[in-house]
Amino acid sequence: MERDEHFGMDHVLTARTLFGTTMAFHIIFATLGVGIPLMILFAELLYQKTKDNDYALMANRWTKALAILLGVAIPSGTIAGVQLSLLWPGFMEVVGKVMALPFQIEIYAFFVEALFLSIYVYAADRISPTMRIISLTLVAIGAAASAILITNVHAFEGTPTGFRIENGQIVDVNPWEAFFNPSFAVTATHVVLSAYMTGAFTIASIAAYHMLKNRHHERIQLFHKKALMLGLTVGGVFSLLTAINGHESAQLLHEYQPEKLAAAEGLFETQSHAPLVIGGFTDRETQTVKWGIEIPWLLSFLAGNRFDTVVVGLNDFPEEWWPPLFVHTLFNAMVGIGMFLLLLSIVGFVWHRIRKQHIFPNWFMWTVVTAGPLALLGIEFGWIFACTGRQPWVIYRMMTTAEAVTQSTNLGTLFLLFTSIYVFLLIAVVLVLRSYFRRHPIEQHLSTHM
Amino acid sequence: MTDELIAISILWGFIFIYAVMATMDFGAGFWSMVYINRPQTKATKIANRYLSPTWEVTNVFIVAIVVALVSFFPGATFMLGTILLIPGSIILLLLTVRSAFLVFSHVAPKYEKVLVYISGISGLLIPAFLISVLPITHGSFVETMNGVSRLRLDRLFTSPHEYAFIAFAITSTLFLSSLLLADYSNEANEIEAYTIYRRDALIIGPFALLSSILIMVTMRNEARWLYDGMIARWPWLAASVMLFLLAGGALFLPSWKKKNGRGMPRLAVVAIVLQYFCASYAYGKAHLPYMIYPNVTIESGFTHPNTFRALFVTYIVGFAILFPGFIYFWRLFMKDRRYVANDEK
Repeated sequence: MERDEHFGMDHVLTARTLFGTTMAFHIIFATLGVGIPLMILFAELLYQKTKDNDYALMANRWTKALAILLGVAIPSGTIAGVQLSLLWPGFMEVVGKVMALPFQIEIYAFFVEALFLSIYVYAADRISPTMRIISLTLVAIGAAASAILITNVHAFEGTPTGFRIENGQIVDVNPWEAFFNPSFAVTATHVVLSAYMTGAFTIASIAAYHMLKNRHHERIQLFHKKALMLGLTVGGVFSLLTAINGHESAQLLHEYQPEKLAAAEGLFETQSHAPLVIGGFTDRETQTVKWGIEIPWLLSFLAGNRFDTVVVGLNDFPEEWWPPLFVHTLFNAMVGIGMFLLLLSIVGFVWHRIRKQHIFPNWFMWTVVTAGPLALLGIEFGWIFACTGRQPWVIYRMMTTAEAVTQSTNLGTLFLLFTSIYVFLLIAVVLVLRSYFRRHPIEQHLSTHM
Repeated sequence: MTDELIAISILWGFIFIYAVMATMDFGAGFWSMVYINRPQTKATKIANRYLSPTWEVTNVFIVAIVVALVSFFPGATFMLGTILLIPGSIILLLLTVRSAFLVFSHVAPKYEKVLVYISGISGLLIPAFLISVLPITHGSFVETMNGVSRLRLDRLFTSPHEYAFIAFAITSTLFLSSLLLADYSNEANEIEAYTIYRRDALIIGPFALLSSILIMVTMRNEARWLYDGMIARWPWLAASVMLFLLAGGALFLPSWKKKNGRGMPRLAVVAIVLQYFCASYAYGKAHLPYMIYPNVTIESGFTHPNTFRALFVTYIVGFAILFPGFIYFWRLFMKDRRYVANDEK
């Protein structure tokens, strides 16, 4: 836009690092804040259906954990929201004029979540069971809506519509057209599905860990086995849905942000019958992906459902428009984790339902223990890929990240301050969770309920 | 009313609601620290019982303010975002630590002492930083060179005007919260806690009024345009002082409901909230049309008209949906005697 670029790339990189650190931290809690309420809701519903007290107990304990996690998710989300304006005032100026609706509607979602979470946590003993389920449903809806709406802003950054920039002025503004930009539906679905998947696998991880720890205590085993099966089932369903939707996301890139897809796949030359390269590292000098496994024709098929689909390569774009080439690795890591988790659920399903084996072998249990952390890692990789792959743009082909950055300096000090707060909170949240569940061990509740 | 005026009124409405809710929130944190070593009075318990369910909702308002500002006045966002980077970041860090510990202490009582001190101290620091946004918009602390604006922190922190605002923020926080807690403990029939909070309100009230006079005195030198505008709206200021006196009187009147009880704290709370409303109306009206003097006005910073219309519709729909939620929340935590009076399990 009309403002000159006063600052070098160092300044932009520091601002991106600061904001990226905030997001990397927030996204852990935000994802679980979307995923765990769904699991609590399933547990409550299973309790209503089976009248099995174990499910009521699960809902109760997961709510405690959720309240602690949201205690970090809400303030870190506040930081992220305010930092957008503090670090990227140029971007927020456009957003304010064109894309204000999702932010505004998110406020209402946020209010719904905050009001009913407080009610569910602090007034649980004074409200009816129906009101408890309604409150919980509203918390889950509020959390999912927040995720959908903020993802909408991210979708707009990749496929901006609803305005034009003419001589530095924003004209022809249509806020609803911007709201329903082409990638909104697919991208928002991707975020919500993967959050549900992550929440479920996190539950499964914890359950598997406790089963391995309490091998000789049958009652505890039984309790965690139920949680494990719930987690694996929900996780399996959502990892399948995430994979299907992920495929649509990639086709969307092919259509709207071809250089992002080219960087994700390490493709330099435009071609039909393009190969898919799995793994490896993209090398700028030789224009190849080193140490990758090449599967002929597959990329063309994935991009357009036909082997003769022409996939545009990076060389068709000026080099200053290229995203950083390491996004290929991030993209592969995200897809790899998703596939691995899907496979894990299938193995579990086959073992349990088809082979009718009710005890899982140890290697399987230990693999499940890694599922939750892996899912979170997948979220982080996917998100870094999505934002880094859009560079150098903050709004695709409309505004560069350098044009949007704050004119204030001193970002280095702020980076150190915020990072130390995040590290401190991360340690605190682990200590608090441990302290709570040590004081309220599951044995204590199981014995009173039996 | 023009679109710009409607937008700035909504924004100001949010700021006012947040200011009242947040002073009570932060003040309650401070009082629970002050009375932590006097467990027999229950003053700390009363403060915490109010604080636990409300902070999340209060916190949403601060995001609502930022979003309303960005969406209604994106032109002001660029400059505000730039000059508020440092104070804004400090506020965010303090808020984060405070809210996290509020939740932690509820689940892990082991950390209660730490929490009480953190929330008590931040309860005074956060309002002091938050209110600094107001003198910053008066213009004399912003320096623009080669099209780049920056905040002169050295000038800000050597200005008596800034310190008058800080004094006002701290005394108002303590005054409003002690008054509200007096009412809350009266509702809960905690006579001892009521006596303590009533006494605190009576002591701090005059200092809050004094610091607001101090703001006017320093404003005369540092932001004459605003001072003249406020003096021109003297009936609002006079009404504000009258309401303050009414609230003071209400604390001495004999109670309606209780025999031998002294004071009508509910009336005092209402009068004081109205007092702040009158004073902030005079301030806000005099501040117009400037958002940041003299660079940004509500016209120059205003959003695209199409966006404004779309936003306005979502405000009406959003609040129609949320209103029952707020009522339900209020009834559960403010009116339900079982919650207000009983000890938590």
